[in-house]
Amino acid sequence: MASKVVHALYTDDDVLMDAVKRVRSEHYHIEEVFTPFPVHGLDKAMGLPHTKLAITSFLYGCVGLTVAITMMNYIMIEDWPQNIGGKPSFSFLENMPAFVPIMFELTVFFAAHLMVITFYMRSKLWPFKKAENPDVRTTDDHFLMEVDVANHDVEKLTNFLSDTGAVEIKIVEKDNH
Amino acid sequence: MYTLSNRLRLLSIILMVVGAVGLLAGFLTTPGSIEEVKQHLASHDDHGGGHGNDHSTDDSHAGNTIHAENSLEKDAHSGDAHYEHVLHQLQNKPWASLYVAAFFFFMIALGVLAFYAIQFAAQAGWSPVLFRVMEAITSYLVPGGIIMFVILALSGFHFNHLFHWMDPELVNPDSEHYDALIAGKSGWLNVPFFLIRALIFLGGWALYRHFAIKFSRKQDEEPTGNKWYKKSFKISAGFLVFFIYTESMMSWDWIMSFDPHWFSTLFGWYVFASLFVSGITVLALITIYLKSKGYLEFVNNSHIHDLAKFMFGISIFWTYLWFSQFMLIWYSNIPEEVTYFITRIEDYKLPFFGMLAMNFIFPLLVLMNSDFKRVNWFVVMAGIIILCGHYLDIFNMVMPGSVGASWFIGLSEISAVLLFLGLFLFIVFRALTKAPLLAKGNPYIEESKHFHY
Repeated sequence: MASKVVHALYTDDDVLMDAVKRVRSEHYHIEEVFTPFPVHGLDKAMGLPHTKLAITSFLYGCVGLTVAITMMNYIMIEDWPQNIGGKPSFSFLENMPAFVPIMFELTVFFAAHLMVITFYMRSKLWPFKKAENPDVRTTDDHFLMEVDVANHDVEKLTNFLSDTGAVEIKIVEKDNH
Repeated sequence: MYTLSNRLRLLSIILMVVGAVGLLAGFLTTPGSIEEVKQHLASHDDHGGGHGNDHSTDDSHAGNTIHAENSLEKDAHSGDAHYEHVLHQLQNKPWASLYVAAFFFFMIALGVLAFYAIQFAAQAGWSPVLFRVMEAITSYLVPGGIIMFVILALSGFHFNHLFHWMDPELVNPDSEHYDALIAGKSGWLNVPFFLIRALIFLGGWALYRHFAIKFSRKQDEEPTGNKWYKKSFKISAGFLVFFIYTESMMSWDWIMSFDPHWFSTLFGWYVFASLFVSGITVLALITIYLKSKGYLEFVNNSHIHDLAKFMFGISIFWTYLWFSQFMLIWYSNIPEEVTYFITRIEDYKLPFFGMLAMNFIFPLLVLMNSDFKRVNWFVVMAGIIILCGHYLDIFNMVMPGSVGASWFIGLSEISAVLLFLGLFLFIVFRALTKAPLLAKGNPYIEESKHFHY
């Protein structure tokens, strides 16, 4: 099924922000906004739901902490106890301070790496993937807003968009996949 | 303009009076002789069961590092010698509780002063709406500093024996109490130089505060050209350099010298983290209080969110420094170093580990969630726990070197906190009435009003 969208290009992030707010207040549907750099507050202006990535990060951190505790307990206490610095390793609790740096590092390691991998998967990013942005200038100095035409009047919509400060407006037939 | 309500004024005066009376009672009930100590310990045995045994078994640690190397004297601890030791500790107790509370409230003002200077030096755009609250909190710096100096001077002139190293016998080679280590440090740790240093620290900080406030007020009167703002920027940057050196030395002098044999090279940072997080917490609490009373209408929940982020971040930073200090000493297990933690773990188990839970685990779990940092009652609850935790932190630093195993959070400790809490509230909220609550001349004030995260 093909659908019609309007691509409106902007050259300034403040203009874009105001435009996004106005487009939303007129009840047009913004499909996506492509920007060369993260624009602060854009997600809120677009009305995107809050990311759940932080929760996954916390859970991954808990996994990392558990892995570290289990690993250090097995290596240093159960499998091969040694007497290091007059501290015989027969009890996890008594030797715990020595393991804290490892517990901390693995917590951070798991949280960071697994969160990034989750982010890639959620964003459907993988090596050799074809770029999705419709205009290469969005990687340089242009901002692109993709507005769904749906059953609105195209003329009225384009006039409204150029009113919001768009420097270029294109109507595009888009293949939905 | 803020007006001090009568209820708040009354509350602070009541706190001061109750605190003063309680502290006086604490001073009057200290035992004057060995016989009274014996009675005191015996009555403790009656209702405490086993508590008295703690006293005798912990004998070797009672003076902690102080006697650790004077093994001859330690071995001689028998019969009345032990009771005499406990007598000195109990006589120190009200002084030490006065000292802990005085330092605790002083360090809040000092922490906010450093935070204020950082805002100027960093040209922060989010915080100028909070400047008048910060300025009011730092108004406690001068009275609090004078109180600290008076207590230090009283110790220096031997009205009390808080600082063991001040005993002239210890540096006298002919005395039987001669202590080679303390004598070796006497070039730095001697009473006149100690008091001169205290004057330099306090004088420098008070000087910065005086001019920073003056420039801030002048900037309101004539904001064109930002002449006064530029001056604020310059003195703030200069102050921060002065501060980080003097704060470090202050922490050696005023806290680390309670254990004169022991030393730690990151102690200055550790105390800094404690005073910084306490200061920011008080700033957040007072801001939330004023907002709840209808003032500070230009402060939004993004400002509270940022303050809570600082509370969270600096709590983690404090833990990082605490653990860096603890783990190296614990692992290397060198007797003259590790005695510091052995004393604390054996005699101060509850405050020592309790403080870790309050200063690390609690803020970590409560303030981790981004949304909770915007909920006022969450911030207030976390803030109160953090403040109690950092009081305990100072308590753990000061008490083992001054009262040893005879510690107890009782009448004199609580009264001293109430006394200084009342004084702090009175001075800070009175200072709030002195100037408009918005530093309207600050060039970043519009940005700060619209600050939105």
